[in-house]
Amino acid sequence: MRPAMLFVDVAGRYHSDIRVSHGPTTVDAKSIMQMTMLAATCGTTLKILAQGDDARQATDALRELVEVQMFHETPAKRPLGETKT
Amino acid sequence: MEIRKGIAVSPGVSIARALVMDSREQRIPRRSILPSQKASEIDRVAQAFQDAIQELTKLQSGTTIDQDNIRDIFAVHLRFLQDASFRKRITDFIEKELTTAECAVSTILREIASHFAGIGDPYISERAADIYDIEKRLLQKLVGKSRDVMDPLREEVIIIANDLTPTQTAGFSKTQVRGFATEKGGRTSHTAIIARTLGIPAVVALGDIIDSVSEDSRVIIDGNRGVIVIDPNEDTIQEYREYAQNLRQLGLKLDSLKNKPATTRDGVAVTLLGNVEFPDEAKMVKEKGGQGIGLYRTEFLYLYGGTEPTEEDHYQAYAETVRSFEGKPVVIRTMDLGADKVPHGHKLHEPNPVLGLRSIRYCLQNLPLFKTQLRGLLRASVLGDIRIMFPLIGNLQELRQAKMILRDVMEDLDEYAVPYNPLVPVGIMIETPSAALTASMLAGDCDFFSIGTNDLIQYTLAVDRANEHVSTMFTAADPAVLGLIRSVIHDAHKAKIGLSVCGEVASEPEFIMLLLGMGVRTLSLAPPMIPEVKQIIRSVSIEDCNHLARKVGTMDSQRQIKNYIRDAAMKIMPEAF
Repeated sequence: MRPAMLFVDVAGRYHSDIRVSHGPTTVDAKSIMQMTMLAATCGTTLKILAQGDDARQATDALRELVEVQMFHETPAKRPLGETKT
Repeated sequence: MEIRKGIAVSPGVSIARALVMDSREQRIPRRSILPSQKASEIDRVAQAFQDAIQELTKLQSGTTIDQDNIRDIFAVHLRFLQDASFRKRITDFIEKELTTAECAVSTILREIASHFAGIGDPYISERAADIYDIEKRLLQKLVGKSRDVMDPLREEVIIIANDLTPTQTAGFSKTQVRGFATEKGGRTSHTAIIARTLGIPAVVALGDIIDSVSEDSRVIIDGNRGVIVIDPNEDTIQEYREYAQNLRQLGLKLDSLKNKPATTRDGVAVTLLGNVEFPDEAKMVKEKGGQGIGLYRTEFLYLYGGTEPTEEDHYQAYAETVRSFEGKPVVIRTMDLGADKVPHGHKLHEPNPVLGLRSIRYCLQNLPLFKTQLRGLLRASVLGDIRIMFPLIGNLQELRQAKMILRDVMEDLDEYAVPYNPLVPVGIMIETPSAALTASMLAGDCDFFSIGTNDLIQYTLAVDRANEHVSTMFTAADPAVLGLIRSVIHDAHKAKIGLSVCGEVASEPEFIMLLLGMGVRTLSLAPPMIPEVKQIIRSVSIEDCNHLARKVGTMDSQRQIKNYIRDAAMKIMPEAF
């Protein structure tokens, strides 16, 4: 759910109405409930549609989060108890 | 007195009072309201949300939370509580269905949870537990009952629960907790991770135990054998006190064995490797004197972290481990998810998942996922003695297919001039009867076998060990299982390929002599058990083991075999029993 949380946090920064589609389902990008229920697992293609004055910035930021920053995942995210070296 | 067997997920022995944390479903009756009461029920929902948000914010910044992952979990819960469309769904339900706030919260959260539970992806279905956690918090706010955060504990306790939620474990001080015993859960469940982190014993998948335990029950938890004893009698308590005491002494004694070889009295060397579930256990393998890793499970990469692991994730995880093992073997098993490995017991949509799309079968049908892992693995193979192992191979065709994909990936790497070890050893788990029976054919196409006894027993005897009605039949001390193991060992030796045993029997003291006598010379086991098994090996002669194995070969019942090998092992090392 961490990726969903990051996604929702980014979407929340914009005024535009942002919708995300996965197959036939379309949900509000600012709702974590709707985003998690979309069940977009890794490798899923998402369509993002934004409407509003900052729509372009919003889609760019979301694209950046997903495609470039990969949800800030550091390589090999580890379970609890692991000490980072 | 009641003795129950589950899955041991964290070692150690404790005796303490039981503390039951009942997280089972709170049944909320469907209560109707009058239209005129709608507004006040909706207000109650708003108040409950506000209280829950406040509490979570406090919990999140509180000093009781020492792990980032838990902080993350609460951050997600907070987002849910702040999600207007989520709250609207609940208030809409009140508007439309005219029910109490409690009923609306419970209904809607259960709808969401069952939506998650029904998705055939282990990572997402696991999230149903989070939703239940949110539900519980909201209900507690509504009912006004104090949460199950315990008062500062005045005495040592063993926590008994259905399945521990992150909130529960974050909510109590850990200093007085001596063990966890849960009805549900698996090796990778939250309970298991926390117990390991805290270094206390834990046993999961015990089935219905809550009803057998009352508030002042005493409980013995044995995290080495996966047993709990409820309301033990004085004799049993005394027995376990001595056992715990012996374990401590044994531990000290065994520590001195760390640098001594695992060689029998008559000079036959045995290789002891460690099974690793999480990367932090690799350290323990070395501490306990293991000579490498015989089974590096990679499922954690898929179950934690939230997204499917990238090639880089794989590479980094394997690289770190293999580097720390400096030239010693590290056998990495490719993804083995499906069936029981799905956290919190949520199954894929399969009527019979154990016989379904799991493990290598899943990989062969999801090539991008499989190739990503193989690329990471191959890249790491130049850093040390990495070996690749495919799980659940059922026939030669599957093995060849998997190897063909490995070659494809090698060719891809060649194209980009990425270095890898072209001679990386490739082996398979022998854990299906079909693989065991065709081992002589499979041996021609791989470099080593590793016998995975847990699945082999399950598939050979058709016994589910998590099913209490039949679980007593689940044992490797069975003529059919031993017959298969014997023939696999024979076939491996004949083909001159490597052979090891990496199932749970390799860490059960009573089986060590038998395995040695059957010709096994490499064992891969849970790291905490390495010193004990080494001690047994150093106390026996191969001649004795051979004699024992021959004798067992003539026996025709589980009971006879069990008693015989147990007696033999007790003579060697009475303090281990």
